[in-house]
Amino acid sequence: MVPFAGWEMPVQYEGVIQEHRTVRADCGVFDVSHMGELEVEGPRAHELLQSILSNDLDKVEPGGAQYTLLTNERGGIVDDLIAYRLEPGRYLLIVNASNREADFQWLKEREIPGSDVRDVSDEYALLAVQGPRSVERLGLDDASAFTFAMQELDGIECMVNRTGYTGERGVELMVPAEDAEELWDRVLERGAVPCGLGARDTLRLEVCYPLHGNDIGPDTDAISAGLGWVCALDKEFTGADELRRIKEAGPERKLVAFVMEETGVPRQGMTIAGGGEVTSGTHSPMLDRGIGMGYVPAAQAEPGTDLTIDVRGRDRRARVVKKPIYKREEG
Amino acid sequence: MAAEESYPDDLRYHPEHDWARIEDGEAVLGVTWYAQDALGELVHYEPPEAGATVTKDSSYGEVESVKAVSDIIAPLSGEVLDVNQAIVDAPETVNEDPYGAGWLIRIRLTDPGESDDLLDAEAYQQLVAEQ
Repeated sequence: MVPFAGWEMPVQYEGVIQEHRTVRADCGVFDVSHMGELEVEGPRAHELLQSILSNDLDKVEPGGAQYTLLTNERGGIVDDLIAYRLEPGRYLLIVNASNREADFQWLKEREIPGSDVRDVSDEYALLAVQGPRSVERLGLDDASAFTFAMQELDGIECMVNRTGYTGERGVELMVPAEDAEELWDRVLERGAVPCGLGARDTLRLEVCYPLHGNDIGPDTDAISAGLGWVCALDKEFTGADELRRIKEAGPERKLVAFVMEETGVPRQGMTIAGGGEVTSGTHSPMLDRGIGMGYVPAAQAEPGTDLTIDVRGRDRRARVVKKPIYKREEG
Repeated sequence: MAAEESYPDDLRYHPEHDWARIEDGEAVLGVTWYAQDALGELVHYEPPEAGATVTKDSSYGEVESVKAVSDIIAPLSGEVLDVNQAIVDAPETVNEDPYGAGWLIRIRLTDPGESDDLLDAEAYQQLVAEQ
């Protein structure tokens, strides 16, 4: 167990690599109750969120969800989150545990009459059930990604969210905190294998989902981070002007994905020759070699570019690849 | 499959969780069951080069799991005669067989008397129990 944002979290149950492979092949469950939940409600809730979140919530109907960013004036990323539209005037934001308080303050300070922001994190637990067989194992029907519904699962009323952080099919089940233990047991009975933070990190990195605090943060702008696709630059929101300017001028550095061409495991903070830095690195269980993401000067950002990474005093070659690093072979 | 916990009697142990099998002025070195268990499944072994000098109590290489990297501390001083290349290709062998196929290097001892400082299996097990 390790402390994480005020929570005691398991890094692994049986082993990171084994858990990782289970999620790629079958079904694993992660207790992600540490994630923060904020509710924004009121006739002007939509207007408030449209003015501070980067993506366009006009595209989301009740029952739908959207990946989006909370941006600062510089276009930096205060947090990345998923907004669930519960009702026309009611949203649930699932945010990173370590940013929960900062996000809440940020929203609270910008609240307008007709909008109310509440931190409901302590009321809910969240289990991510992920993997190609997860939906079948839970006895659920298929549904489109980024939708949700209230459903009963083995007698427990859950918000079933078709979202996740692994690149696999799956759901995130939100329940009142008092139902968490029973839901965990039911999910295990259905054959999901318990997985820890270790596998969560290797899974997300293989599919190049950024981790806030590593790959993105208040000092990294959304365009350089490759998250322009979640920035609706045709609307006004905090930092939109700066993001338009960066997009127009072209970012000076970019967040790229790379794989090691030699042995060695890249890690956060390692230097990339030419002015870059590794922001996340690990050993990929699927590729069986080192992989990572990092910022490099724009001239080094094209897939195929050779990089040299200083792995604890040794120069090791890596190559920029197209994201995601890992993709299931079709058929 | 990970090995069962064990600390063979015929080995000498260093408190930094390394073992030595000493024979005829040479020693085969590796990491203990406790070390591989604490690290988890190994994914990388950074070995020294054959001919390099290793110094007792200093690092001669690295082993790394998904979770963490660890220096490998030499229990004895000597010259590297042989590196187990099979571990470079399949580091998880250390988890499967830490005292057999999972050996890391073989050295020619430069100061055989150093082995007097090392622990026997019983003393090392006691140390592990206290961790």
